[in-house]
Amino acid sequence: MSELRLVDVALAYGSRMALAGLDLTVASGERVAVLGPNGAGKSSLLRCATGVMPVSRGTVMLDGVPLAELGREAIARRIAVVPQQVDLPFAIRVEEVVALGRIPHERSFRGPTPLDREIVDEAIHRVGLDAFVGRDARELSLGERQLVLIAMAVAQQARLLLLDEPTVHLDLRHQVQVMDLLADLNDREGLTILAVLHDLALAAHYFPRALLLDGGRLVADGPPAQVLAPERVQATFGVDAAVWMGGARPGV
Amino acid sequence: MRAGVAPGIPALSRRVRASTPRWRRPTTVAGVGLAALAIALVVGLAFGSVSIPLGDTVAILAHRLLGWPVAVTWPASSETIVLELRLPRVLMAMLAGGGLAVAGATMQGVLRNPLADPYVLGTASGAALGASLAVLVPLPLGLLGLGFGQLLAFIGAVVAVALVWRLSRASRLGSLTGLLLTGYAVGSLLAAGLSMAMVLSGAQLRQIVYFLLGSLATATWQQVAVAAPLIIVGVVVLAWRARALDALMLGDETAAHLGLAVARERVILLAFAALVTAAAVATCGLIGFVGLVVPHMVRLVVGPAARPLLPLAAIFGAAFLAFADLLARLPGELPVGIVTAVIGAPFFLLILRHVRTGYEL
Repeated sequence: MSELRLVDVALAYGSRMALAGLDLTVASGERVAVLGPNGAGKSSLLRCATGVMPVSRGTVMLDGVPLAELGREAIARRIAVVPQQVDLPFAIRVEEVVALGRIPHERSFRGPTPLDREIVDEAIHRVGLDAFVGRDARELSLGERQLVLIAMAVAQQARLLLLDEPTVHLDLRHQVQVMDLLADLNDREGLTILAVLHDLALAAHYFPRALLLDGGRLVADGPPAQVLAPERVQATFGVDAAVWMGGARPGV
Repeated sequence: MRAGVAPGIPALSRRVRASTPRWRRPTTVAGVGLAALAIALVVGLAFGSVSIPLGDTVAILAHRLLGWPVAVTWPASSETIVLELRLPRVLMAMLAGGGLAVAGATMQGVLRNPLADPYVLGTASGAALGASLAVLVPLPLGLLGLGFGQLLAFIGAVVAVALVWRLSRASRLGSLTGLLLTGYAVGSLLAAGLSMAMVLSGAQLRQIVYFLLGSLATATWQQVAVAAPLIIVGVVVLAWRARALDALMLGDETAAHLGLAVARERVILLAFAALVTAAAVATCGLIGFVGLVVPHMVRLVVGPAARPLLPLAAIFGAAFLAFADLLARLPGELPVGIVTAVIGAPFFLLILRHVRTGYEL
């Protein structure tokens, strides 16, 4: 189970409303893309959904329990987040970064168990980072570091995976690889996935459901082909675009 | 790529551990550190203005502390020198060195800043101001074997950190930047007070200078008994929060996503690092370099993960300062801060040049 429900969630930074009353349910096992122009409230939505940013109004519930009633560690065992980028102050190896994903499962003083190590190995393998083991994560390209952060979230073994623009620094091959990985985690292991994406074409191709945010409000929710109707894309992004779903690969 | 869970996944971590050179493994490094610590202890007890044979030193330790049945072949004066004069001094050096190294590693991690040291949040200037005030107004007060100056230094360090913490919460900058800048601002203000005290101190200026450069010459058993619980408890608490320190390396938000109550953990880590620093500074003065460099030396060898880093920093910091103190008293009581810099800086540069693989700064 990993149902996420937002009831009338509002978030204000000073006088600016980042989210203005959002009602939304992501059911267990869904795969949902969050779309919208810059400043639409996409990242704010993720911050509220994990509870790192307390909401100004409304309730966020995880499997029917308000986040406010769960401790940070309990939340971290159920929600993993892939940040856009992390800036590392010290040299650290790829596998050590991935192992940080085990923190919510570890006890103080006791080191990682053999099981923890195995889970870390599996996450590295799954994201395709075997060749990077032993390397300083800070020497990797932005895109490769993004893969490391994805592996860290996979190692966290949460049932709900939130991603903040996971493909933004990736080349085409790695974009497809990450999208396939997310689809696989969703299809085969039933992870619930909520991903903020800028690439409408990737969203249209890989996600059965899309949310379109604009000005802190949910303006559309449904299959990408409907959500990304030309007049709506024009209204929210201010550009003319059309989504076509025909052929092997839909595009925008 | 749809690589599922492949059957018989290559045991990556095992492979990596096998490929890690033996000398880089935390257990090996800890062994080397403990050996260095033991050598520092014996050598530190044996040498000084009067040399005592190494064999006698070891025998005195074994006889008096461990109760081993060793035939007493040494003069009673040797025993007094080793146990009453040098042992508290060597232990104090080890406590202060280990504590400062752990506090430095903690500050660097919490502030996510490789240039941070234990003094960065005002402890140094607070302690210095406290100590110099005691020089100007020498009251015959003391507590638990600490002199008035040491008490004021401890209070100054703790008050300075508390002040920095309190003021930084009003800052509108990002919390870490606000904290660091508040630390510098409060530090400068206290340093101005210190400068004023130095100008006014006249003939007592030398005492203040000695405090600023650090010295272990006045260490007594009573002081060890006061400082040891503070430093040991602080170090153990910090080591216990090692994983929190690791998570904070990724930044506040990601640390929170990994289950950390960020604000609370940061207060715990900073408070205990400050406590350890205050205890070390009050008893030994401002010993520089240990808290900045020892954590980096350890990181270069075993990496930044706090679980090996903090205990190893404690061991190597302790050994380093014990050796430095020995070198400081052999030529006749140099301030130990001079020695830590003179031997530490070239050693650090050498390591920076030669460690090419693995963890670099």
